[in-house]
Amino acid sequence: MFELIKLRKRHGRPVIPDVLGAAVPPPFRGFPLLTEARCPDGCEACVRACPTGAVRKGPLRLDLGACVFCGDCESACPAGAIRFSPGHRLGATRRDSLVVDSSIRASDYAGSAVESRREIRRLFGRSLKLRQVSAGGCNGCEMELSACNNVNFDMSRFGIDFVASPRHADGLVLTGPVSRNMAPALRDAYHSLAEPKIVVAVGACAISGGLFAESPDVDRSFFNDAPVDLHIPGCPTHPLSFIRAVCDFLGRAGGRADDYRTGVIRSR
Amino acid sequence: MTIGFEFKNGQAAAEADIPRLSPDEFRAGLIRGAAAGLRPVLFFGAPETPGIRLYAVAADDRNSNLFALSTTFREGDSYPAITPEVPAFHLFEREFYEDFGVKPEGHPWLKPVRRGIAGAASAGPAYLFFRMDGDEVHEVGVGPIHAGVIEPGHFRFSCTGEEVHHLEIQLGFQHRGVENLFLLRRDHAGFRLRLAESIAGDSVIGHAGAYAGAMEALGRSPAERRALAIRVIAQELERFGVHLGDLAALAGDVAYLTGNAAFSALRTKIINASLALCGSRFGRGLVAVGGVRCDISPELRDVLRAAVADAEDGARLAADVLFGSSSVLARFEKAGIVYPETARSLGLVGPAARASGLAVDVRSDHPYGGYAYFPVHKMTLASGDVFSRAYIRSVEIGQSARIIREQLDALPEGAIVRPVAAPSADAFVVSMTEGWRGEIAHAAITDGEGRLRRYKIKDPSFHNWFGLALAVRKNGISDFPVCNKSFNLSYCGFDL
Repeated sequence: MFELIKLRKRHGRPVIPDVLGAAVPPPFRGFPLLTEARCPDGCEACVRACPTGAVRKGPLRLDLGACVFCGDCESACPAGAIRFSPGHRLGATRRDSLVVDSSIRASDYAGSAVESRREIRRLFGRSLKLRQVSAGGCNGCEMELSACNNVNFDMSRFGIDFVASPRHADGLVLTGPVSRNMAPALRDAYHSLAEPKIVVAVGACAISGGLFAESPDVDRSFFNDAPVDLHIPGCPTHPLSFIRAVCDFLGRAGGRADDYRTGVIRSR
Repeated sequence: MTIGFEFKNGQAAAEADIPRLSPDEFRAGLIRGAAAGLRPVLFFGAPETPGIRLYAVAADDRNSNLFALSTTFREGDSYPAITPEVPAFHLFEREFYEDFGVKPEGHPWLKPVRRGIAGAASAGPAYLFFRMDGDEVHEVGVGPIHAGVIEPGHFRFSCTGEEVHHLEIQLGFQHRGVENLFLLRRDHAGFRLRLAESIAGDSVIGHAGAYAGAMEALGRSPAERRALAIRVIAQELERFGVHLGDLAALAGDVAYLTGNAAFSALRTKIINASLALCGSRFGRGLVAVGGVRCDISPELRDVLRAAVADAEDGARLAADVLFGSSSVLARFEKAGIVYPETARSLGLVGPAARASGLAVDVRSDHPYGGYAYFPVHKMTLASGDVFSRAYIRSVEIGQSARIIREQLDALPEGAIVRPVAAPSADAFVVSMTEGWRGEIAHAAITDGEGRLRRYKIKDPSFHNWFGLALAVRKNGISDFPVCNKSFNLSYCGFDL
């Protein structure tokens, strides 16, 4: 009994009160800052170092949807033209917004890449139930998505939850490159969701195939019939990246810090 | 006792040193070895022109030796299965048959390993489930998509009432072609390392460490002591973090929410310590071939020390509360028992094996990297139930914390990374690490130009999934979740 009280006291309140304003500390590798002006002539070291073809030259650009945030391009660059910042706001509604270049600053990207449509706010703004499907995911993104609802991140304060059945869900959250062996089950799950529904692609694998894009055992034809509404990069995607992007998408992130509608719990 | 070429973990050898035996001698050698206590580590094919080469690696844990032997087949050949004599070969033989078409005659359970999934385009026969007859028997099918946020796999229970008589686990849904990708993009060293980190996203250091160990051995360029010590710290942080998460989930599965909340908050502290070390909560980007990419500054050392001390202290208190609760013990004790004999005959590894009294631990049996410089005590529990698999995690948390502290206190000086020479030609290496789930083994074979010709990966889950299937027999089906979590096996590590 006393041990239990001791444990409860020690546990304290580990919840992050302002989870939408929270930042991931360095040396986390998040939003990359590109400075093409520093590129030596004809240098392609970053392009060669990238394991997934996310970095391109002419002009220098980086596809956040293919990036595994390994930092190999940063290490390979002799001139410091690529630097990973800890910026975790990586989500984007449009696939092409994920390709960033020297002209895009972290704050501009974070403020504009996720578009919140009126109908989405109306339908799901106060409650969004999600069915997660891992289709070849390595358990990295899956663990981070589970962490979204732990005692620290407590995503359900926003009315956003993962549910067991696609029949109870408003949206499908996909992780993994879509292995050929999971393609039929993924399709079944998607078609079991009632309309209107959204699709959220989480992590480099789901967005682009990532490291597995060239594998003959991957089948990405799912995306031919299922448009992706929200892309959230990462390898794996950090819980704060996920929560912030979804809240931006639902129009939940604009209120005052202590506004009950943002779900922020006042700290004692 | 010798049954083939004798070598050590992480020691490269000429491929030609591995004896090429007749299939009969090969089989007899493995059976003789198993009778003398050798444990199967690897068993895999490689295409040759013409034909198929089958390699096997067995471990003599007492003397820290490995033995490699091989034989050759032609496509469509068959041989008498080893499994009826040594059940630990059961999945290995299925895998070899699926990949190369050489049939183990008399194999009692010759089913697909990663293929045969209904609705998915793949060659080979469909997966046929075992079926129990009887008016009272009913089946419960679960998956591939499970209720929680976890990886997919299909479980089929044959029950009478609440009691499970048989559980069949069909895997393969996560198959991404990892081994093939190691060869497809063998010219991109960075790609291979990132791929190794993604074999199982919860065992990043375990698999990346095994891969780096293999490449360093093939290039005969060992990493420096400081790098090896940092790898040890990262590996123990990984074990610490996952074990805390597993205890949280086990508490959650028996609806003990205090334990769930306490352990998951502690887990966050440890994986955030990993982020402070290398920028990733799961250790991505830390391991480099030739060492590590991130050094530990005096300031970082203090941060890691404080995080480990805090989480260890918290975990001890939370474990006292969890394991002192009679309602928790009522669910953990005598649930999902795997007896030592069963564990040995299946060839279980890792904490699941140690919880059934089997003293196996690569860090101690086949020391590698930084673990070659200090003793790791093998800790076992006897009861083999969910309690045992939960409690061993609590014990191992204390062990990991102590190892991290000791490594931080005496961090050797030196470079954290050094160049690694190109792999030698026609060489062979087995690199094993003790991931938090148990024995990870990677085998690499190079061609005449030193390029990878075959890359074989074995996740500990490959040994342990069948242990879960047997553990739930004669248990109530409602105990399945807690049994499953007590193993916490990898789907993608198995499916590759």
